[in-house]
Amino acid sequence: MKELKFYGTALPNVEIEPYPGKLIVIEGTDGVGRSTHVALLRTWLESAGYAVLDTGMTRSVLAERGIKDARSGHTLGRLTMQLYYATDFADRLENEILPALRAGFIVLTDRYIYSAIARAVVRGADANWIRSIYGIALVPDAILYLRIKSVEELAARVLVSGRGFDYWESGMDLGLGNDYYDSFVAYQKLLLKEFDRMKTEYSFQVIDASRPVKRVATALRQLVKKVVDLDPLPLAEPPGKEPAKAEVKESAGVDGRAAATKAP
Amino acid sequence: MNMISYGHHRYPGRLFVVEGTDGSGKSTQLSLLHQWLKSEGYSVFFSEWNSSPLVKDTTRRAKKRRLFTPTTFSLLHATDFADRTERDIIPPLKAGAIVLADRYIYTAFARDVARGCDRAWVREVYKFAVKPTAAFFFRAPLDVAIDRIAAGRPQLKFYEAGMDMDWADDEEESFKIFQGKILDEYDHMVNEFGLTVIDGTQAIRTQQRQMREIVSRFLKEKLKEKVPI
Repeated sequence: MKELKFYGTALPNVEIEPYPGKLIVIEGTDGVGRSTHVALLRTWLESAGYAVLDTGMTRSVLAERGIKDARSGHTLGRLTMQLYYATDFADRLENEILPALRAGFIVLTDRYIYSAIARAVVRGADANWIRSIYGIALVPDAILYLRIKSVEELAARVLVSGRGFDYWESGMDLGLGNDYYDSFVAYQKLLLKEFDRMKTEYSFQVIDASRPVKRVATALRQLVKKVVDLDPLPLAEPPGKEPAKAEVKESAGVDGRAAATKAP
Repeated sequence: MNMISYGHHRYPGRLFVVEGTDGSGKSTQLSLLHQWLKSEGYSVFFSEWNSSPLVKDTTRRAKKRRLFTPTTFSLLHATDFADRTERDIIPPLKAGAIVLADRYIYTAFARDVARGCDRAWVREVYKFAVKPTAAFFFRAPLDVAIDRIAAGRPQLKFYEAGMDMDWADDEEESFKIFQGKILDEYDHMVNEFGLTVIDGTQAIRTQQRQMREIVSRFLKEKLKEKVPI
């Protein structure tokens, strides 16, 4: 069990009580492979018997649609955009992440406040201002930062993926380059610089994401093992030849697992 | 383009805002001021709370489906306000116009803190706001404000009545508790932000005269020349 710990001003009306779940963050710039690795970790954790919730930026019930509409119009002011993201984050934190952690889930989040902070700062937001807003964020159990060696490599990956350059991922709103490629490279370089700045501030665990997917996945698993108990789920031995009707108590989650293993 | 903090913006225009609890008479006073300024030949731009086209649908849906917590209520209203600032407030101020705002950041400070948000956190969230030339706080005692609202509106809405906070089962009771907390917060802010208090129980014309006296101190002929009509 772990006490709720916030980066700054805690959420109002939230009971500071220990929770059994784990909060694991996968961070990194666009195109680095975050969603692939979230999916791989999820399958792996579920086969080990853990319930997993995966979430990510702009996926909230409250703000997802509004953000999508606003982004498609390209009329979103810079401050407005940052606060819309913060609203989305708060909604997911209060209505998805915290309830899941209390229920003993492992929460895998594709990006957390660090991407939001980097994007805001690159767009001229005051670094302390944006950090104070995200002071409501829970300190995660692990922050796994997928880092790629060069932005050019990132661009190549985006091209190979076949989805092409997106207006916002390329930072076209910033007017940094004449075309999507130039803008993408310039924008992602600025983001990388912000991420590198946050590495120590927030104790990121850095994973070299320039390697093949399999090796990155192995590295991620090693780091997850440090916070999640991954011994094989021991099943009750059948006494004699009779197949045992294992009395599995209803229990959800990380600490709950111990209860099930004690069944006769 | 870097973010400018409260009190550090320098624009040729003027920003006047009205604040107060529901039923304090502030909107009536602001529209009278608006008429006067227009007839005097100023270029006036009007901006009201909760009016961002980018955020409106989200707010409406969230209210209908009761999706808000105090924090998301606060942040979504800040998003709306940021859009207003970037679109309706800063550009006209830069152009030398007079901007009139019905409700401003102090509304958020009062409501969000009444709902349990941290005082310092809410102030930090709105740090990008332009400091008004003058902010009028129309102060009406709770019973007067509540009577005025009861006369004008048949039913209180869920969030308006503070029903999300479980202060009371009854909407009217909850609304009174909520408005009481809001009024306390406004009273705290009078000194903190130098709000100009106008006694909202006075005759409408008396209040308007006081308001015009103060506003006229900040007006210059130059403001008229800026935008020829």
